[in-house]
Amino acid sequence: MEGRADYVVKRTLFALLTVFVAVTINFLLFRALPGDAVSGLRCQHCTIQFKAALRHDLGLDKSKWEQYKIYLKQLAHGNLGLSDVSHEPVRGLLWDPLKNTLLMLTLGTVFSIIFGLLTGVVAAWRRGTWVDKGSLWTSLAFYSMPTQWLGLMIVYFVADRIGLPHGGIQSPDLGILGNPSTYDYWKDRLEHMILPALTLGLVLYGEYTLIVRSAMLETLGEDYVLTARAKGLSNFAIVRKHGLRNAMLPIVTLIALSLGFIVGGAITVEYVFDYPGIGLAIVDAIDKRDYTFLQGAFLLLTISVILFNFLADLLYFKLDPRVTT
Amino acid sequence: MTIDHPLPAAPEQLEELSAEGLGERRTPGFIRSAILTQPAALVGLGVLFFFVFIAIFGSYLEPYSIHDKTGPVYAPPSSAHWLGTDDGGVDMLSLLIAGTRVSMEVGFAAALVAMLIGGAVGVISGFVGGIIDVVLMRITDIFLVIPDIPLMIVMAAIFGRSLRNIIIIIGIIYWTSTARLIRAQVKSVRERVYVKRARSLGATNNRLVFKHVLPQVAPLLIANTVLMVALAVFAETYITFLGLGDPSAISWGRLIENAFLGNAVLNNAWWAIVPPGVCVTIVILACTMVGQSMEDALNPRLKVGHLSVRRFRLRPLGGKLDSE
Repeated sequence: MEGRADYVVKRTLFALLTVFVAVTINFLLFRALPGDAVSGLRCQHCTIQFKAALRHDLGLDKSKWEQYKIYLKQLAHGNLGLSDVSHEPVRGLLWDPLKNTLLMLTLGTVFSIIFGLLTGVVAAWRRGTWVDKGSLWTSLAFYSMPTQWLGLMIVYFVADRIGLPHGGIQSPDLGILGNPSTYDYWKDRLEHMILPALTLGLVLYGEYTLIVRSAMLETLGEDYVLTARAKGLSNFAIVRKHGLRNAMLPIVTLIALSLGFIVGGAITVEYVFDYPGIGLAIVDAIDKRDYTFLQGAFLLLTISVILFNFLADLLYFKLDPRVTT
Repeated sequence: MTIDHPLPAAPEQLEELSAEGLGERRTPGFIRSAILTQPAALVGLGVLFFFVFIAIFGSYLEPYSIHDKTGPVYAPPSSAHWLGTDDGGVDMLSLLIAGTRVSMEVGFAAALVAMLIGGAVGVISGFVGGIIDVVLMRITDIFLVIPDIPLMIVMAAIFGRSLRNIIIIIGIIYWTSTARLIRAQVKSVRERVYVKRARSLGATNNRLVFKHVLPQVAPLLIANTVLMVALAVFAETYITFLGLGDPSAISWGRLIENAFLGNAVLNNAWWAIVPPGVCVTIVILACTMVGQSMEDALNPRLKVGHLSVRRFRLRPLGGKLDSE
């Protein structure tokens, strides 16, 4: 048991170290920019003296090391600084888009996990048949498509046919005749969420199918599956109890790990569908050169990925009693 | 050579010999036969050669200039413009050919950067071992966890929009999985009998690395680089689509961006949307097929499945690689 406690401690330390490195990279990268937050200011009373005073206030005249310490201290208080454009706290600006993104991502991920599991299991079960080949090539194809392009294709070929909006998060005519009912509101939200979620879901679907299929193939080739077959168990029981049960280990870890990266992958999808989440906010910030916002968003995404990796490590450990190091 | 007869092995070494002796030297023809026996690899290789050919000789093949308006805006495909025209009345086929050049350039160059960094780190880490190995691998682990796409975006936003910067950024973000893969391989090659024999004959470290270890690791490094090309082409479309690409270079990513910004959807111009994405997908599929077949043939232990394009970096984490 001691080895297991050791494992948790080790993974926790590693996660913390990674967060620290990410924070440092974040600091260094944005300090590599030419000029600083003050040199870009243009206003009537922005004299050299005023700028110097402002630099002093912001701590920009101190050494890099001092600045780094100030930055860490601010972060520890959850302060991500003020946006270069709207001059509001970045933390507040991140919150609303984050909620929208999380909703959409959840929908897409659930979709892809369910269908990825189904196709992956069936493909592995019927290995070598046309069902297997078909699903293998379909998922490889989805897997190879640039996300933004798939989004455009869906807007072009699918959206109108099934009567879903091309983008945005709310119909402009919603609420014209007084406040919409809760049902109408959420129905509208969902309609706007389906296509971006579908795009993301399809890309992930390809990936998950491939993961599930190869994990299942591995377990179905084991001796205990042969034993189960010899015992005369039904195909369904073999696949469910002996195959899937054991394949769950790599599947769950890989899916948990990919969850972290989905957040990054959602950026272009939101851009294509004009869906006001973190991704769209990042694209907007790139456009307006809002570096403080970018810095905050990068930190948020990085930490979420590190968190998911950490959870995956713990999950791996929970699922596989053999893991000790 | 002064020693003709190696000393007889001690009993405990004999045991080691029988275990390690399995890892025989690969003959030079190995990689060729690995590819030639797999139809998927052959098809992929053919496709890749086709696109490389287009990339090299593209400027002679473009039917029209890519800078001039040669037809009406968003003209549908016709005998004059096989793939129609874009929002500026420029011939799409010419743009697609020009895009092949830039996309392949970014793909191969970035993969090369990643291969050089990852290969160097992997060889040093695996061959030298000890504290250097621990430190390098800790660094690699940390970079594996930091999400690639946000980091790429931030770096591209900061370092400015040029093709060279994009190549470097992609290269220095994707070296990590190569480093891990190569390190594991070097570690096993280092322990093989013929390397030990060469060492006991007095070969210097330099000679061991360049004469004995590198040639054995090279095929895997090449397979890895091919997969990396796919990743780089993919990443380029991503960066460019977000408006961070080189403003003067026309790549497939740029064409997708143009179709999006030029409202190709509202203009019902499918010919502006479909071709660049199809090209990217085909190239990535081809790279995956070639790289995967090579890797599977070279290192059957790696058979995690087709996880190479997007979550390339997931491979080492599945607990498959580090069976040391």
